[in-house]
Amino acid sequence: MSENRYELNKNLAQMLKGGVIMDVTTPEQAKIAEAAGACAVMALERIPADIRAAGGVSRMSDPKMIKGIQNAVSIPVMAKCRIGHFAEAQILQAIEIDYIDESEVLSPADDKYHIDKTKFDVPFVCGAKDLGEALRRINEGAAMIRTKGEPGTGDVVQAVRHMRMMQSEIRRIGSMANDELFDTAKQLQVPYELVLYVHEHKKLPVVNFAAGGVATPADAALMMQLGAEGVFVGSGIFKSGNPEKRAAAIVKAVTNYTDAKMIAELSEDLGEAMVGINEQEIELLMAERGK
Amino acid sequence: MKVAVLALQGAFAEHKQMLSRLGVPSFEIRQKRDLDKPFDGLIIPGGESTVQGKLMRELGLFEPLRERIAGGLPVFGTCAGLLLLAKKIKNDDRVHFAVMDITAVRNAYGRQLGSFYTEAEFKGIGQIPMTFIRAPYIEDVSGEAEVLATVSGHIVAAREGNQLVTAFHPELNDDLSVHKYFINMIKN
Repeated sequence: MSENRYELNKNLAQMLKGGVIMDVTTPEQAKIAEAAGACAVMALERIPADIRAAGGVSRMSDPKMIKGIQNAVSIPVMAKCRIGHFAEAQILQAIEIDYIDESEVLSPADDKYHIDKTKFDVPFVCGAKDLGEALRRINEGAAMIRTKGEPGTGDVVQAVRHMRMMQSEIRRIGSMANDELFDTAKQLQVPYELVLYVHEHKKLPVVNFAAGGVATPADAALMMQLGAEGVFVGSGIFKSGNPEKRAAAIVKAVTNYTDAKMIAELSEDLGEAMVGINEQEIELLMAERGK
Repeated sequence: MKVAVLALQGAFAEHKQMLSRLGVPSFEIRQKRDLDKPFDGLIIPGGESTVQGKLMRELGLFEPLRERIAGGLPVFGTCAGLLLLAKKIKNDDRVHFAVMDITAVRNAYGRQLGSFYTEAEFKGIGQIPMTFIRAPYIEDVSGEAEVLATVSGHIVAAREGNQLVTAFHPELNDDLSVHKYFINMIKN
């Protein structure tokens, strides 16, 4: 991947900022998401809540199903491959996906190595629980980062924890003396240049979204106020009582995330939210996959 | 002088940064009450035109902004902003402000693998960097609209009176010249 291609791939993430990326499993859902104001959709066979319920090995979606969604909408289409499964990523690149999510939601294919994303022309987004993970993924070629959160739970607590962790580590590095950065790079297991970038710019070198457990307009506003540049909503929309209305409300809440009065109105009569699972009730912590 | 940047979705922060480097104050428009503040020009950023078009309508921004643009407010649209201003979009039934005499083609270069960087001549400025991200191009201009730049035979920048559009993203490169060009449009 040329330097130029990586810039273009980071640039696409910049165009998604302030937007909501929604999980969809059919062309019909994709159209609903686009009409509700999604800035991109994530095509997958089963949304995280169902993956969690079904158990077993979860893999990349059928390319035919992904192509059906690509043909249904004009906004960017993303799809997930398993952590470390570069052959799945090659397939997604072959069908000209706009973004690959190397995702802990699927069963990891490699318990040690992530995909060498610098070998690809299409961009990758990866999950991270803290700054070290984020910078390691960026070093491997990720052009966008999202919090891991805990997918398919409707519980926002992990996404909050991961975003707070990242932001506080960014602030810490931002206030360090220059000669302290070398040791930080060693601790985070990332190149010094990436740590220096964070020190100088007080932010990640790529766009950073929130993901995992976002189910309401208030959840989305919370993540934006904590520093997310946009939001992924997975199970929260199509597992709820009124997907169209909830999706549109979350989109507006992300644009006007500090206007509590507007978010109060948006939160009215949304019907039933997805049934949540608390952190303590979960047997499988997806966020612990791939570090 | 103050420039408003439509900040519903997309790369609005990048535009604000360009303006600040030029020493031009700016503010974000996210909802109707933001229109109460006075401004001399408007930037519509890149992002998704479907999202921005929908949010503008639902947040009560569409009609007031359309009236101001039709009334001569200087406006600069990049990428999605170009689509929002176009009178015709060849491969989309939805049009938005429909105030500029151009026919645009949406996602004209295909998906992300078709995104590219190049340098080309911009009328009145010279050679400038151009970053195209899932970009549209202009198939045709009519009326008073004037072509300002072409890449491989396709129109990628145009002006019609108070309206300036680029299919590429000057806010993603260091070069300030297109933003300067727009500021001069406001001054004159």
